[in-house]
Amino acid sequence: MSDMSSAEQWTHPGEGDLPPATAAKPTKEQVIAGLRATTEGGADLTQLLTPEGERVASPIFDPYVADIDFAALRGLYKDMVIVRRADREANALQRQGQLGIWVPLLGQEAAQVGSGRALRPNDMAFPSYREHGVGYCRGVSFKEMLGLFRCTSMGEWDYRKHGFHPYTIVIGNQVLNATGYAMGQKFDGKVGDDDGEATIVYFGDGATSQGDVHEGFVWAAVYDAPIVFFCQNNQWAISEPTERQSRLPLYQRARGYGFPGIRVDGNDVLGCLAVTRWALEACRHGNGPVLIEAFTYRMDAHTTTDDPTRYRLSDEVETWKLKDPIERVRVYLTRNGGADASFFEQVEAEADEFAADLREFVFNMEDPPPERIFDNVYAEPSAQLEAQREEFLAYLAGFEGGEH
Amino acid sequence: MSAPTTPNVAAPASSTVQTLTIGKAINMGLRAAMERDNKVIVMGEDVGKLGGVFRITDGLQKDFGEERVLDTPLAESGIIGTAVGLAVRGYRPVCEIQFEGFIFPGFDQINSQVAKLHARTQGRVKVPMVIRVPYGGGIGAVEHHSESPESYFAHLAGVKAVTPSNPVDAYWMIQQAIFSDDPILVFEPKKLYHMSALKEPVDTAATPMPLFKSKVLRTGTAATLVCYGPTVKTCLEAAETAAEEGNELEVIDLRALSPMDLEPVFASVRKTGRLIAVSEAPSEASLTSEIAARVQQECFYSLEAPVLRVTAFDTPYPPSKLEEHYLPDVDRILHAVDQSLEW
Repeated sequence: MSDMSSAEQWTHPGEGDLPPATAAKPTKEQVIAGLRATTEGGADLTQLLTPEGERVASPIFDPYVADIDFAALRGLYKDMVIVRRADREANALQRQGQLGIWVPLLGQEAAQVGSGRALRPNDMAFPSYREHGVGYCRGVSFKEMLGLFRCTSMGEWDYRKHGFHPYTIVIGNQVLNATGYAMGQKFDGKVGDDDGEATIVYFGDGATSQGDVHEGFVWAAVYDAPIVFFCQNNQWAISEPTERQSRLPLYQRARGYGFPGIRVDGNDVLGCLAVTRWALEACRHGNGPVLIEAFTYRMDAHTTTDDPTRYRLSDEVETWKLKDPIERVRVYLTRNGGADASFFEQVEAEADEFAADLREFVFNMEDPPPERIFDNVYAEPSAQLEAQREEFLAYLAGFEGGEH
Repeated sequence: MSAPTTPNVAAPASSTVQTLTIGKAINMGLRAAMERDNKVIVMGEDVGKLGGVFRITDGLQKDFGEERVLDTPLAESGIIGTAVGLAVRGYRPVCEIQFEGFIFPGFDQINSQVAKLHARTQGRVKVPMVIRVPYGGGIGAVEHHSESPESYFAHLAGVKAVTPSNPVDAYWMIQQAIFSDDPILVFEPKKLYHMSALKEPVDTAATPMPLFKSKVLRTGTAATLVCYGPTVKTCLEAAETAAEEGNELEVIDLRALSPMDLEPVFASVRKTGRLIAVSEAPSEASLTSEIAARVQQECFYSLEAPVLRVTAFDTPYPPSKLEEHYLPDVDRILHAVDQSLEW
């Protein structure tokens, strides 16, 4: 780390100086730095399983997945297949008018399952609004998440029981909230050994521009908060490529705040599991925070209201299909005798069953009663609001009596 | 007291009449302003290639280039704060906030710089910028996509605010706001953006009405409805229904939210004696509160009933399956009219 003590090093990027982000055409340097949507995460990409299903040895990270035998890897595979199947089902349900909107996670299964499975029950996760796969790993039922997208609720899971905070829609807000939670873990003396607690917060490449994210990094650094900042760089903030947010690969920003940053192949479930376990362990022992940039790709639209054909090329999507997070695990398991055809068939069948059950549930979801509008605005009752509620209920009752 | 001045927006030499939606009218208004003055620039999230999530800036980057239509990093404080600097430098920035619920990271800049630089410098620094804010509900959206936060900005001295309810106003208001030397928020009723029922001919050679004037849309004697933005359409529908029942309602579109032009409202109330103020925003400490306060002061002896309000409830915006109950509709407006008439 001696180079970091040089003032020169801190102020001048030096060799590999990056071009302005506003360049009309991506330069080779931008592509290599991963600032333009690309299949290549660059030389610093941590990867344990290649897109071709080859296991890459890593002296640093292999110990963190030493327990992942074939059975465990089959479990991760199954998680990803089910999460993807549920995602596709929800997307279809939106198209059929059963959901108001859907936020697809297609392509990000490994980032979410890998990091989600790295968490322990006492850890806390703060999602953005695309982390259905993390929620699944935290034991939240998709049924509890779909109310938000059917617009009947704001999400109904038990946040404490699952250690999975409510979804946050305003970009980057949750990063500060998560940092505060992690500060609390530290203040409560829950940090410092193998049994320590940690927090993970999810956000995207676009969010890294928000002041809240910057402030979260500052607070976490100043208070040594046990928090993993898990940035899923899926290359696109709606229509804006990552180069609209940064001149520098996002993981390198951590250095400016004084904590480690690492880029992992976000389509490699083993890599994501290992790197997240490593980062959480640092946090548990009081050596947080850590920034992880999971380099992945949003294979579908931003939401079902978005039309990505207006701003990105299908070539790019096709290239990323070759980096599929699920396929590489299937290839690895098959080639190494970790699973046979019947296993894959069984997983498909289970996923179909999972989706059918979800579908049935959504079709039978009831709308909330109108008076729900007034519920839980405050912890302690407000006379003013109670009067409004009574007036509203009397007004509604008037319709039943034929007054109107 | 002199009325606030409206910047002169001259019609271009070659004028046309086109039948437009509100959304397309804003797009054409932006285009006209950008053609007229190359210091007019558009900035916001996804406003370039995508044309904004509502397509209001569609085609502008293609025609005016990336230096006049900026896809900004994803940060509202950044969008508004850098627009202040650009305005100080001589530009006329038009910021797009993607949805009203996302404006709050930028609220500090609006409150502390946008609204105060002119007064702080005794007029030496002008901040001629526009902040476009799609607002209002009724679109079946998730949280933060349906709110009506305009009262916060009306409360804030130093910024002005307007809202169109029809394509003609939409076309002219955006241009008048851009060429004003004051910072102006344009609240755009997103539910009405692409509503073809509201399409109307927009004559680009017409003389626009002043920016900070309210407008009587329908005359009547039984009671007065005052409304703005998304509730104008609802109030006109309510007035139709009331007329079938023999009650002619006067409907006034406020148009300007700050400063408000309430003289036509006072004149109307002196005639009808009854006022119902309608808004999608919660009622507590809101624009409708302000209207009620001023009307009781100016029209005290004319009032036959208290000023009534039909608004959202004083709660967060509910899950949108419930928004039909939360937002003012024709029934709730007519219920209030009945209450007023029976007082």
